[in-house]
Amino acid sequence: MLGILSLITYAPLIGVAVILALRFVGKADDPKTVDAAKWIALITTLATLILSVVLTARFDQANPGFQFVESLPWFAGLHYAMAVDGISVLFVLLTAFLMPICILASWKSIETRVLEYLIAFLILETLVIGVFCAMDLVLFYTFFEFGLVPMFLIIGIWGGKRRVYAAFKFFLYTLLGSVLMLAAILAMISVAHTSSIPELMTYKFAPGLQTWLWLAFFASFAVKMPMWPVHTWLPDAHVEAPTAGSVILAGILLKMGGYGFLRFSLPMFPEASAIFTPLVFALSAIAIVYTSLVAFRQTDIKKLIAYSSVAHMGFVTMGIFSGNAVGVQGAIFQMLSHGVISGALFLCVGVVYDRMHTREIAFYGGLVNRMPWYAAVFMLFTMGNVGLPGTSGFVGEIMTMTGAYHASTWTALVAATGVIFSAVYALSLYRRTVFGEMTNPALVAITDLDMREIIIFTPLILSTLYLGLQPGVVFQITQASVDHLVSAYHAFSGA
Amino acid sequence: MLINLALAYPELLLAVSALVLLVAGAFNPKATRVIGLFAVLALVGAAAISAFGPHGVAFSGSLKADAAAGYAGVAIYLASAAAIPLGGNWFARKGASAFEFPVLILLAALGMGMMVSAGDLIALYIGIELQSLALYVLAAMYRDDLRASEAGLKYFVLGALSSGMLLYGSSLIYGFAGSTRFEDISAAVHQGAHTGVLFGLIFLMCGLAFKVSAAPFHMWTPDVYEGAPTPVVGFFAGAPKLAAMVLFARVLYECFPGAIAQWRQILIILALASIAVGAFAGLNQNNLKRLWAYSSIANVGYAILGLAAGNAEGVHAMLVFMVLYIVDVTGFFACLTALSRQGKAMETIEDMAGLFKEQPGIALAMTAFSLSALGLPPFSGFFAKYFVFKAAISLGDPILTGAAIAGLVGSVVAAFYYLRLLRSMWFEAPISATDKPPVDAKAIAVGAALFTLPVVLLALHLIDTQASLAAAAFGLK
Repeated sequence: MLGILSLITYAPLIGVAVILALRFVGKADDPKTVDAAKWIALITTLATLILSVVLTARFDQANPGFQFVESLPWFAGLHYAMAVDGISVLFVLLTAFLMPICILASWKSIETRVLEYLIAFLILETLVIGVFCAMDLVLFYTFFEFGLVPMFLIIGIWGGKRRVYAAFKFFLYTLLGSVLMLAAILAMISVAHTSSIPELMTYKFAPGLQTWLWLAFFASFAVKMPMWPVHTWLPDAHVEAPTAGSVILAGILLKMGGYGFLRFSLPMFPEASAIFTPLVFALSAIAIVYTSLVAFRQTDIKKLIAYSSVAHMGFVTMGIFSGNAVGVQGAIFQMLSHGVISGALFLCVGVVYDRMHTREIAFYGGLVNRMPWYAAVFMLFTMGNVGLPGTSGFVGEIMTMTGAYHASTWTALVAATGVIFSAVYALSLYRRTVFGEMTNPALVAITDLDMREIIIFTPLILSTLYLGLQPGVVFQITQASVDHLVSAYHAFSGA
Repeated sequence: MLINLALAYPELLLAVSALVLLVAGAFNPKATRVIGLFAVLALVGAAAISAFGPHGVAFSGSLKADAAAGYAGVAIYLASAAAIPLGGNWFARKGASAFEFPVLILLAALGMGMMVSAGDLIALYIGIELQSLALYVLAAMYRDDLRASEAGLKYFVLGALSSGMLLYGSSLIYGFAGSTRFEDISAAVHQGAHTGVLFGLIFLMCGLAFKVSAAPFHMWTPDVYEGAPTPVVGFFAGAPKLAAMVLFARVLYECFPGAIAQWRQILIILALASIAVGAFAGLNQNNLKRLWAYSSIANVGYAILGLAAGNAEGVHAMLVFMVLYIVDVTGFFACLTALSRQGKAMETIEDMAGLFKEQPGIALAMTAFSLSALGLPPFSGFFAKYFVFKAAISLGDPILTGAAIAGLVGSVVAAFYYLRLLRSMWFEAPISATDKPPVDAKAIAVGAALFTLPVVLLALHLIDTQASLAAAAFGLK
């Protein structure tokens, strides 16, 4: 039977249908049509958000299993199956939370082909929510893979100067990872004779096969995360994407990799996960230190934040593969927190980019003199990025490091230096753009945040602080499922 | 022996219609539209009879009306029916209207019908030749165009070569096995036939590989696709390939089930070579018809990979794959047929610049076909590949699994050229206004596109079950 999950997943498509109808009735370039389409998109995404809040509220926190289960036979033994558990429900909420913000952020900065832009975002929302809800391997792959297309178009049509290069790189990199995962999916279905994710989570694959399957899934998720050394598509994609595209990319699309590790790698291939944990730890530690150093040397604000995303995702992979409850909880928390903070940081870049049309760090300086409110907002998120206690960034970092400390002291030690490096690049970015004398005459006329931007930032500020001060709300939801996952992992892997 | 004519009704209907329409056309050469209409009706009728007609064996085993023939027949006849309005109106717009066009399509469809139900080597050869001769003429039918004549000639000469190989192979098999009937050959192979039979099989496989344009027998494809009239290419890139693939399956599974170890390695090489050629050689193509020729080479490679599995699952995968592919390729060439600028056909990737602004419907349809050919979910091409790769992987054979993974990686290489087309259509500014697309071509394009995305998700269940029944007809486990 279909239920609330399908409703949330396909609600954005209703908006798409209405916008398409508008497109056929009115002229695509007519300002009235464009305005109406924006409102429709905003209302659709807000409605999806409300539904997601209802979903989270009705979610039974004590139940470690899957809830809101829907299942219909599809073809050839496959099912249209949807469900959420404590691990995925918050990602649905995060997606629904960031989407209206993206629409608002694009309100003025996107001037060409607005209808198509909105349609691409709404379709993307459907696909991302679908990824987090799908309980059938093939259905999951369908959502996961088709998400490439709207993002390819968003980067390629509305992106910056090297948008074509970035769009191709993004698409081909991710596709290569995904086809290997497809091979693994087919092998799993052939061996286990089921494509149902909950059933596969209890199926025990032969250890030799597990290794191959783990590697194939790793290829896909490591690219998606992205982990060092397959992260190079990310800075390009971020720099060229429009602001809202970057928000979605950093805020949600990267989380699909971490979600994949939690949903597939750990529970389905526990023995292989245990074998490859040192590899993941090494790559995570390198990512944390190396990309932090790379970030420090960037001259482009967006690129700097993109590299910092790679570093923060290093904490996530480290936490997941620590294999204990603290680490996994921390990884989930870090993903949620990073979704909010990095999204907000990209929006901060967007604010000055919309006004000055450059992202060169050297161009800016002394913004605090003209934009006090902006300086305050940017400060908060910079601190969140650094991981200052009181912001959500702190909780995720400390927990993933605690988790890693239990599993591998050295990794935790190296990762801890990464925290210092992150302070170095983030604070120096802040100093160079916001503080100091305003030497660039072009900046004199720059204006502070307007009403729309304040509306955009308010929920982000509130959630960063709320998650930082009350992290327990997240853990209440994730606790049961994570405990279940971790105990099953230990039982199987023998770790 | 009593001959049950009811089993041959689809073929008989087509043969009689073709002859009657030919005579009618000779007396009324202007009545192209009416003749076309009747040809479509005959094809739809034949499809209906194939779908619901009785099953059995007739003409001493040379005609097998089984579930496989029925399944392939429906797809072939419907694809042929779509070609008639598409091509007929194209010729009419060029001022080269000819009543022979629908008649030739009927004859080609008849040949394909014989191919998919062939039960012995004679029927196999007659079916292939009937189909091929009609296609040679169709390729060269637009006589005012130098390229079309060249394409027709190339197709004919190389086609004759492959027919020679088929015939030679058949004669070797007949000589060493002592019969042309598939059952007798199978029995002879089972009892340990002379190596000469295997020689015959290899020649036969080469001939068939030529007909499905699998590498290294693919050389004719890009040239013929580029030169022949666009709607005709749309026709012969689809249905005849399905017919030849089903025939391929019949030969391998019904004549040579005992020699699977021998032919599987040939199939794997054919499949990998096709996928590699299709992926790499396509990278540098600007002409979309040539590009799609390479794309079709790669896709045939995937279908052959399914066949190489050597079990019912593999045949099933091939049958699903080819039917979904026919819709794709028909739709794509319908798009190309529909597009022109100031009367000049748009054939290169650069021509498609900014198409989304000019013709959003057709641009969306072409996007759907490209992504489907790339194998991206949830387009039909993904499910086609899903079955093929699953068949190849589930066997657990390391070589076949390796081939499947190589095939998947090949699809990433091929993704580059589909993305180039997308880039041109979506990212770039339009050059100049396009002409208003003809209604028929646009309708077929949009219809096929709708099948490719939403309809297929619901239709898969039906196609899957029908293909399973068809695959069961081969008597495999």
